[in-house]
Amino acid sequence: MTFRSRKIGRVDDDLVFKALADPTRRHLLDRLFERDGRTLTELESELEMTRFGVMKHLRVLEDAGLVVTRREGREKLHFLNPVPIRLVHDRWIDKYTEHRVAALADLKHELEETA
Amino acid sequence: MTTMTAQTTQVYSVFVRATPEQVWDAITKPEFTQQYFYGARIEVRDGRRFAAVGDTEWDEEVLEEDPPHKLVHGWISAYDSELAAEAQSRVTWEIQPQDGGVTKLTVVHDQLEGAPKTAESVAGGWMYVLSGLKTLLETGRPLAG
Repeated sequence: MTFRSRKIGRVDDDLVFKALADPTRRHLLDRLFERDGRTLTELESELEMTRFGVMKHLRVLEDAGLVVTRREGREKLHFLNPVPIRLVHDRWIDKYTEHRVAALADLKHELEETA
Repeated sequence: MTTMTAQTTQVYSVFVRATPEQVWDAITKPEFTQQYFYGARIEVRDGRRFAAVGDTEWDEEVLEEDPPHKLVHGWISAYDSELAAEAQSRVTWEIQPQDGGVTKLTVVHDQLEGAPKTAESVAGGWMYVLSGLKTLLETGRPLAG
């Protein structure tokens, strides 16, 4: 990703999809979902990866707006920001597929009930 | 099904194609808030944050007001009788201009230690509110549905 697009701060769907397309980054989001507001050191301790590697993944998540950092005293805390996922949901799930998803979910429910 | 303990500090952030002044108006004036904030008419004036949903009216203290950059206020879930009994928490709105006519809006809802039910209930709510605010400012129309 280019410096320019980061500078503009435009977070579009591309960045969100790219950020989510990596298992390590999804794992990091899951860790933050379980407990929010963690330091790099805490997150690093749960991954078999160098500090630099974790930092790089966190940076991608931050650029996509999925992780927001805040300073608290001397610590930099990482928070999960679910809003971009919500926006992707609003744009892609609601608009095009909700009826079909609902129909499939109903079918699954019905089949499992009668099974 | 997975369960989780609601966080006592929650952070939500969204990029909006609007000026900081537009974002400020959208969070402090009732004609805007009623279009995306669950129909709530919210007005920040005289050091208070007044809110009205249907017949229920209440107000919260404004702890810091620095237009169009930062607003900090107390939060009481007066719209729900069960949640209303919980301790006051705190909401911070940070409005940061970015390059290219984009503004970053961050909501930090913290000091939720004495309000576990509120903490659980607002998590989905803030996503809905920020998504709706973005749509309203960028398209001039509230979110459909």
